[in-house]
Amino acid sequence: MQTHTFKPDLPPPALSVGVVGWLRANLFSSWFNTLLTLFAAYLVWLMLPPLIQWAFIDADWTGTTRADCTSGGACWVFVQQRFGQFMYGFYPSELRWRVDLTLWLAVIGAAPLFVPQMPRKAMYGLAFLVVYPLLAFWLLHGGFFGLSTVSTSQWGGLMLTLVIAAVGIAGALPLGILLALGRRSDMPAIRVICVTFIEFWRGVPLITVLFMSSVMLPLFLPEGLSFDKLMRALIGVILFQSAYIAEVVRGGLQAIPKGQYEAAAAMGLGYWRMMGLVILPQALKLVIPGIVNTFIALFKDTSLVIIIGLFDLLNSIKQATTDPAWLGMATEGYVFAALIFWIFCFGMSRYSQHLERKLDTGHKR
Amino acid sequence: MSEANKQPSAEPMILLQGLNKWYGQFHVLKDINLSVQPGERIVLCGPSGSGKSTTIRCINRLEEHQQGRIVVDGTELTHDLKHIEAVRREVGMVFQHFNLFPHLTVLQNCTLAPMWVRKMPKRQAEEIAMHFLERVRIPEQAHKYPGQLSGGQQQRVAIARALCMKPKIMLFDEPTSALDPEMVKEVLDTMIGLAEDGMTMLCVTHEMGFARTVANRVIFMDKGEIVEQNEPNAFFTNPQNERTKLFLSQIIH
Amino acid sequence: MQTTANVPRPGGSVWTDPKARAWLFQILAVIAVVALGWFLFDNTQTNLEKRGITSGFSFLNNSAGFGIAQHLIDYDESNSYGRVFVVGLLNTLLVSVIGIVLATLLGFLLGVARLSPNWLISKLATVYIETFRNIPPLLQIFFWYFAVMLSLPGPRQSMGVGEAFFLNSRGLYMPAPSPTDSFGLFAGAVVVAIIGVVLLSRWSKARFEATGQLFPVSLGAIPLLIGLPGLAILLGGNPLQWSVPELTGFNFRGGWVLIPELMALTLALTIYTAAFIAENVRSGIMAVNHGQTEAARSLGLPAGKTLRLVIIPQALRVIIPPLTSQYLNLAKNSSLAAGIGYPDMVSLFAGTVLNQTGQAIEVIAITMSVYLAISISISMLMNWYNKRIALIER
Repeated sequence: MQTHTFKPDLPPPALSVGVVGWLRANLFSSWFNTLLTLFAAYLVWLMLPPLIQWAFIDADWTGTTRADCTSGGACWVFVQQRFGQFMYGFYPSELRWRVDLTLWLAVIGAAPLFVPQMPRKAMYGLAFLVVYPLLAFWLLHGGFFGLSTVSTSQWGGLMLTLVIAAVGIAGALPLGILLALGRRSDMPAIRVICVTFIEFWRGVPLITVLFMSSVMLPLFLPEGLSFDKLMRALIGVILFQSAYIAEVVRGGLQAIPKGQYEAAAAMGLGYWRMMGLVILPQALKLVIPGIVNTFIALFKDTSLVIIIGLFDLLNSIKQATTDPAWLGMATEGYVFAALIFWIFCFGMSRYSQHLERKLDTGHKR
Repeated sequence: MSEANKQPSAEPMILLQGLNKWYGQFHVLKDINLSVQPGERIVLCGPSGSGKSTTIRCINRLEEHQQGRIVVDGTELTHDLKHIEAVRREVGMVFQHFNLFPHLTVLQNCTLAPMWVRKMPKRQAEEIAMHFLERVRIPEQAHKYPGQLSGGQQQRVAIARALCMKPKIMLFDEPTSALDPEMVKEVLDTMIGLAEDGMTMLCVTHEMGFARTVANRVIFMDKGEIVEQNEPNAFFTNPQNERTKLFLSQIIH
Repeated sequence: MQTTANVPRPGGSVWTDPKARAWLFQILAVIAVVALGWFLFDNTQTNLEKRGITSGFSFLNNSAGFGIAQHLIDYDESNSYGRVFVVGLLNTLLVSVIGIVLATLLGFLLGVARLSPNWLISKLATVYIETFRNIPPLLQIFFWYFAVMLSLPGPRQSMGVGEAFFLNSRGLYMPAPSPTDSFGLFAGAVVVAIIGVVLLSRWSKARFEATGQLFPVSLGAIPLLIGLPGLAILLGGNPLQWSVPELTGFNFRGGWVLIPELMALTLALTIYTAAFIAENVRSGIMAVNHGQTEAARSLGLPAGKTLRLVIIPQALRVIIPPLTSQYLNLAKNSSLAAGIGYPDMVSLFAGTVLNQTGQAIEVIAITMSVYLAISISISMLMNWYNKRIALIER
C-alpha cells in the first residue's frame, strides 16, 4: 500500500494577491473598469477638496458675532452661539439640567437591556417602560413634587424631537400590536375594523394627519376639553405610526410556523395566553429590526411638526437662520441639522442591521 | 471556433496541464494533470473540499485558473472571451441544484440557448428541445414551469437543456446530491443512457454503483491533488493508496 | 376564561361557546366603533354651531381671491376654491411624476453601481445611499430651497447657459416652444416614424423566431426617427417657434420658468427617494441566485444576454413591489411642499383655503381622500401585478 505525499501549499502568483492583485481585481480589471475608476476618482476630486476647504480649512470656529466670520468658509460661530437653543429650544437655561438628567436616566436605565447576559430582561424592560415615562414627565414638565412647571410651549430643539419620537413609538407599539392581532383575527368584524384603520393611516401623508389633529381634533372633542399643541401632534403621530407598526408586527406573526399555534392550542391555552406567552414573544423578537426601521422613519418624520408650528430641532434652526443678526447662515444651520439627524438615523440603522444578522439563522448565498 | 485551428481527433478532448488555482491565499488545486479522450467517461470522487468540483468548473471557466493550461477540443482557455464562449458552447454542464430558470417554461429553458447562442430558428429549437425532453422521458411537462416539477424531473430537464446545445462534452457537478433518494435512479438512468451513446462525460459524484457500470476511469482527489486514478474495477477492489482505501471504506457501507 | 374547565352543556351558555363569544365580542366592537363615531360627530356638530360654521361643500364655488405662483391650467384670483383644488392637485402630480422618473433613473444607476466589481464606484454609491436616506426629506428640501436656491444671484446677475437658459433666485428660465403652421406635418412625421419602429421591431422578432437571425432594430429605428421628422422640417420649415427669455428691467420675460420651489422640491425628493430605490434594486438583483448566472454562462450565453434574458426578468419581480411603495412614498412626501410654499394640493388647499374658509372638516376630508384614492388604486394595481408575475410553483 502506498502513501500519498501531498505537495506543499504554494503562495499564489504575485499578480493576483497583495496590493497589486487587489488593485487589478477591484479597480483595473478591464479597460471599462479602469475608465469607471478614473471617472469616480474625478468625481471625488471635484467634490471632496472644496468641501473640506469650506467646512474645515477656511472655517471660523471662534467668536461671538457674525463679524467674527472673516475667512470665507463655514461660519461655525453661528452654530456655537445658538447651540443651546438648538438643543433645548426655549427651555429656561437654569432648568436645563432637568432635560440632561432625563436623558441620562434614559441611557442608564436602558443600558441593561443591551447586555445579552442580563437575567429577567423582559420583566426589567416592562418595569422600565412603566416607571420611566412618569419620571420623565415629572422632570421635563414639572408642576408637582417641588419642580416648577415648564409648559410644553417652551420645549424645543433636539429635546422636543426626541420627546416626540420616543412618545410616538412608545404609544404606537401597544396600539400597533393590538391592530396586528386584530388584522389576523378569525372574527370578520374585528378584521374589517383593523384593516380599515391601518390602511387609512398608511394611505395618507403624515402632514395631512398633523393638519387634521391640529384643526379637527378641537372640533371632535366636547366643550371645555382641549389639548395643547404638542399633545395634539403626539396623538396624530401615535395613530399614524401605529398603522406602520401593525404591519411590521403582522409580518412577524406570519413568520411564526403554524405548528407553534397548534402546539399552544393543544396545551389548552386560551387566545390571550397563547398570544402573550407563546406567539408574541417569538414574533416581536423577529420584528425588532423592522420596529427599529419604523422608528428611524418616525424620527425623520418628527421634523414635520414644523408645519403646525412646533419648534423641534429643524424649526429651531430655521428660525435662527432668519434672525437678522445671522442672515446668510442657512447652509451652516442645515448642514448642522443634517449631521445630527444623520448620526441618530445612521446609528440606529447600523444597530438594526446588526440585529438582523444576529437573528438571521437562514443560510443565503 | 473555426475549423482550421481544430486539431485531429487523436488529440485529447480535454487537456489539463500543471493546473494551479488559489482562492485568495488558499491553494485549492495543485498541479492537476489530466487528459480525457473523446468518448471517455470519468468519475471524480473525493472528500468535500478536495477540489473535484473546482476542477470541472475550471473546464468551462466558471472558475478562473491562475497557472497551467486548459485545452478543450483544441481551444485553449485564456482571458479571451471569444475562446471562453466557444468552449462553453461545446461543453454542457449539470449542477447540483439544477439551476433551471424559474421564470421560463421547461420548453423555454431548453430553447433559450439554441436560439440566442446558436441562432437557431424557434421552430427548429423547439423540435430539438422536444426530442431531448422525450429522451429524458418528460415531454408531457414541456409547458410547465420548473417550480411545478419534482427534483428528479427538474434535474432531467437540466440535462435536456444542456443537451439541446449539442455539446461534445458533458460535465456533471454532483447531479444527484440534492435529490430525494427515490429520485436518484431516474437521473442516473438518464446519465447511463447518455454514456451508452458515446458522450464524453466528467462526473463529480459519490454514486459508486454508477461509477462501476459507466466509468472508464475513476479519479480520487484529496486536498487539491489527484491521488489515484484507475479503471473502476481495480479502483474499487484494489485501491493502491491509503487515502483512497480510507475514503472508500467511509462511503461504501 | 375558564372555558376548558366547564363541561359544555347542550345548548351551551354564551360564555362557554367560542362561536357565541366571538359573535358577542364582534357586536360589542361594532357598537363601540359606532358609539365613538357618534360621539365625535355629535361634538363636532355642537362645536360647529357654536362657531357659526355651516358645513357643506358649497364653499368650493366661492371665489378664492388669491394668486398662485404656478398653475398648469388657466387660473386667476377670481377663480373658485374648486379650481384652486384642481391647480394644487395638478401641481402635486407634476412634482410626483418628475420626481418618480428622475428617482427611478438615479436609483437604478446607484443600485447597479453599488454592486459594481469596481471598488471605488461601489463605495461612492454606498456613501451616497447612507448619507441621503438618513437625512429627513423636509430638511433636504429646506437645504435646497433656503441654502441653495434663494442664495443664487438675482435676475441681473443670472447664471446663463448660452443665451437661452438662465438660473437665478427666481428660478430657471428656459425657451418655450410654440407650434407654427408646419407643426401638424412634423407631428404626423413623428407618429409615422414611431409606427414604423413598432412594425420594424415586430418584424425583427418574427424573423428571429423563424430564422434565428437577429436584426438590430436600432439600425433601422434611428434613421427612421431622425429622418422622417427631419424631412418634415426640410419640407415644411421649423415646426416650433422658441420664445427665449429676455431680461427686461429687473426680471426675465418670455420663455418657461421653473420656480425655485419646484426645483428644490424635485431635487430633494429625487435625491432622497433614489437612495431607497437603489437599495431595492440592489437587493432585487442579489435575490437572484448566483446559480442562475452560472447556468446561463455555462450554456454559452454572453454576459449581456445573461443579464437581459435571465437576471433582469427575475430581479424585476423582486424589485417592482417595493419600488411602487417608494413611488407612493414620493407622492406622499410631495406634500412637504407646504414647508417651502410650493403650491401643491396640501399647501394650497389644506393650508390657504382652510385658513380662509375655516371649513376644516371638508378640506381635510377632500385632501385625505385624494391620497387614499391614489394609495388604494396603486396597491390594487400592485396586487394584480404580483398575481400575474408570481413564479408558478406547486
